[in-house]
Amino acid sequence: MSARIGVVTFPGSLDDADAARAIRIAGATPVALWHGDANLQNVDAVVLPGGFSYGDYLRCGAIAKFAPVMSLIIEKAQAGLPVLGICNGFQILCESHLLPGALTRNDHQHFICVDQKLQIESNETLWTRDFVPGQQIVIPLKNGEGGYVASEATLDELFSENRVVATYVGNNPNGSYRNIAGISNKAGNVVGLMPHPEHAVEALTGPSTDGIPFFTSVLKSLVGAT
Amino acid sequence: MIDSVDTAKKNPDTSQPWAELGLKQDEYESIKQILGRRPTSSELAMYSVMWSEHCSYKSSKVHLRQFADKAPKTDALLVGIGENAGVVDIGAGWAVTFKVESHNHPSYVEPYQGAATGVGGIVRDIISMGARPIAVMDPLRFGPADAPDTRRVLPGVVAGIGGYGNCLGLPNIGGELVFDESYAGNPLVNALCIGSMKHEDIHLASAKGVGNLVVLYGARTGGDGIGGVSVLASETFDADGPAKRPSVQVGDPFMEKLLIEATLEVLHAGLVEGIQDLGGAGISCATSELASNGEGGMHVYLDRVPLRDASLSPEEILMSESQERMCAVVTPEKIDKFMALCKKWDVEAVVIGEVTDTGRLVIEWHGEMIVDVPPRSVAHDGPVYERPFHRPSWQDTLQADAPTPERLPRPSTPEGIKQTLMDLIASPNLASKSWVTSQYDRYVMGNTVLAQPEDAGMIRIDEETGLGVAISTDCNSRFAKLDPYAGAQLALVESYRNISVAGAKPLAVTNCLNFGSPEDPEVMWQFSQATTGLADACRELGIPVTGGNVSFYNQTGDTAINPTPVVGVLGVIDDVDRRTPMAWDEDGDLIYILGETFDEFAGSEWAHLQGHLGGLPPKVNFSMERLLSEIMVAASRDGMITAAHDVSDGGVGVAITEMALRANKGARFWIPDNIDPFVFLFSESTARAIAVIARTEELRFTEMCAARGMSATRFGVVDSGLGADSGYPGEQVIVVDSLFTFTLEALREANEATLPALFGG
Repeated sequence: MSARIGVVTFPGSLDDADAARAIRIAGATPVALWHGDANLQNVDAVVLPGGFSYGDYLRCGAIAKFAPVMSLIIEKAQAGLPVLGICNGFQILCESHLLPGALTRNDHQHFICVDQKLQIESNETLWTRDFVPGQQIVIPLKNGEGGYVASEATLDELFSENRVVATYVGNNPNGSYRNIAGISNKAGNVVGLMPHPEHAVEALTGPSTDGIPFFTSVLKSLVGAT
Repeated sequence: MIDSVDTAKKNPDTSQPWAELGLKQDEYESIKQILGRRPTSSELAMYSVMWSEHCSYKSSKVHLRQFADKAPKTDALLVGIGENAGVVDIGAGWAVTFKVESHNHPSYVEPYQGAATGVGGIVRDIISMGARPIAVMDPLRFGPADAPDTRRVLPGVVAGIGGYGNCLGLPNIGGELVFDESYAGNPLVNALCIGSMKHEDIHLASAKGVGNLVVLYGARTGGDGIGGVSVLASETFDADGPAKRPSVQVGDPFMEKLLIEATLEVLHAGLVEGIQDLGGAGISCATSELASNGEGGMHVYLDRVPLRDASLSPEEILMSESQERMCAVVTPEKIDKFMALCKKWDVEAVVIGEVTDTGRLVIEWHGEMIVDVPPRSVAHDGPVYERPFHRPSWQDTLQADAPTPERLPRPSTPEGIKQTLMDLIASPNLASKSWVTSQYDRYVMGNTVLAQPEDAGMIRIDEETGLGVAISTDCNSRFAKLDPYAGAQLALVESYRNISVAGAKPLAVTNCLNFGSPEDPEVMWQFSQATTGLADACRELGIPVTGGNVSFYNQTGDTAINPTPVVGVLGVIDDVDRRTPMAWDEDGDLIYILGETFDEFAGSEWAHLQGHLGGLPPKVNFSMERLLSEIMVAASRDGMITAAHDVSDGGVGVAITEMALRANKGARFWIPDNIDPFVFLFSESTARAIAVIARTEELRFTEMCAARGMSATRFGVVDSGLGADSGYPGEQVIVVDSLFTFTLEALREANEATLPALFGG
């Protein structure tokens, strides 16, 4: 039986169907999770997809962290459940304090949608094992509030503990400190990414298929665990 | 004091503000005749908005009839003109609905909200047919790119479209961005949405079944968007009510996203008998249209409508254009399930009335009857005008001023031709649009196969089979100014061609007809010519008009905009994997020009850059357009072709530059025999495309063209290794033999710098 990966739908989630497709393409079974249900249906991992949860009229992700499903996810993530937050999901992970720092409005003030070059900095997380450090990939980036900020001390710590998962190559698209595109928690089971790997899983519809390894990585770790 | 039906009967001579509401004396008289008494203030409010040009199409109706009268026979149309949007069969049980609408004036007054709610309105049209919206597109037209007001309007419009569409999770896959003096005081913001559904999910706006319940759901009703009738709110109806209202609606895309999901869920659960979105004219429109299309009767309790502002008068509630609202007709047995699904999505829903068999639309306000009308008289039997029209006095002079070499000197030296190409690709109309499109999400939903700057947007509908649709909108309004009949046809053939070069078969047409005042006989002549031209062209090409929108009064003072009949064509492709992109890829692939090039510069981008507009637009050749389409679709299906691009704005020179930039790979070209290089590179003759063919397929392709009578001339070859020999080692270059050499870097810089320089980084 293939691994079961949950995808949470909040009101205003947009990339939930895309995340489910990416999970399928990677060889796992996507399981729909509903924001209002405090029930994880025994999934092996969770993806928090992109979008504008609850409209994001307050700080992005600030309301989503109070959703019934999130209290369970926060608890299980602290116990080792693999969780990937993409874009709005990354914002929710920061608001939930599963990851340090915050995402702020792009420095140029515009929403931006581009095919973004990234460098994978760490493959020591459950979501990046199938990459090699230094590997460059191109996946879509689309956000209005994607500028990663944190204190100098936190930034130093993220780099020294090898918790910066990916950095922007070439131009910094949103003003993120030290070009940070994604980070992980200390244990490496929780990863937040501003760019969208789920939009780069088919050559037909994406700029590449460079997003697939994020999803296959977690499958390996799940197989390894059982 | 409520002006009830009783009051109206008792006080027949009360003076009423019909003129301020935009009604004509004879229109007011005919309302009195229909009712057999003077209307109540609520009835007057309803008639005034429903009989407005925007809602009633009173000036355009007699011309629009041609789209149905001349429609070619087709099995593809499941729902035709007249519903919220037409529905087209694309095979395998799938159907597609699409429509484009204008939101010009609101976007001029308040660019962000005007454009945002334009997207919201067209999306609700699509969901009210039972379809899931799958993509949006925005044809935009502004005054000169460097005009101060363009700097005010454009960034807000783009941010509004992005802010709303991105938040809804709909990919924006293309559109248009055109700058022209004629839009300086009246930009055009048109919004298109396309939706897909299974045949069995098609729903219509009708209130059937006596005793069924009328549910209003979505956002609360506020005072926003009372629009041109704000005079009501401040003066006539209720002195105690709130004063002047903002006339532009304010959008809440998050509520719209919930509305989409809730609506699709109640439709798929089979809980809905009839459904209608609330757009222009709000509750007046929704209740009267639902009733008129159904059994003919409805009883509404207006005081049940949830309000954002408790002080609103009934007249204001009837006319409010608050966004993100829908109206559904539900049987009493299913109402609990309906309400539960709305609650699941946190969407407020209230039963505001029921379907009756009285043949009357009756509206109550706290127990008093304030409306009692035959719904058809409000919704469908409004006034119809045969507006006078005549050919403008200046038309002949304009057409006589052709851009001949004597009138408009042409560059003849290689340097001059080289500079012309550079000037064209850096001009605002032909420059890279990525400053705009990078503010839109084109990836969401994961089914975008082609998006701007490709010729057409293409969306996969069925992941199993690869069935997909392509869509494009076009209009060169300079052509339409020179000859509105031909101009509308040229818009259609360009859009048709854009679909075909992407590998899809054109199926159906929608339009957004943007014109000046219908009360100006010269504008009315343009409208009459354009609609006739479009209807005739649709018949020639064998594709029907499925719906559309008319926007009149686009003018500043007495000066109307260029007639701008924006035409959208929808096509189907059996397997999106077979699509033809515009970028060439393989070294050695051969580059062909299909079709013939004539000396046609009137209304062209080159003439526009010289500040000239005159002459007769390029000739339309329907049989060649059809043939070109069939060849492009066959070449895609049979794997003969690796890339293709439509030749239109800026001619062959601009087309090959765009292909090279998209590919980031150079190529060598030569000018075919017996044609002037300037004419070959920059003329805008129709029925042409550039096709890129693998050497192994060349014979099969050229034989097909020869057998079918399509002119195909080889004039280039893809070559990524030209840099060294041309003096640019390591660089990608375009070489046109004995004329010029360009590095792609230089072209890209010129092409991409223009819009950021104008509108900020």
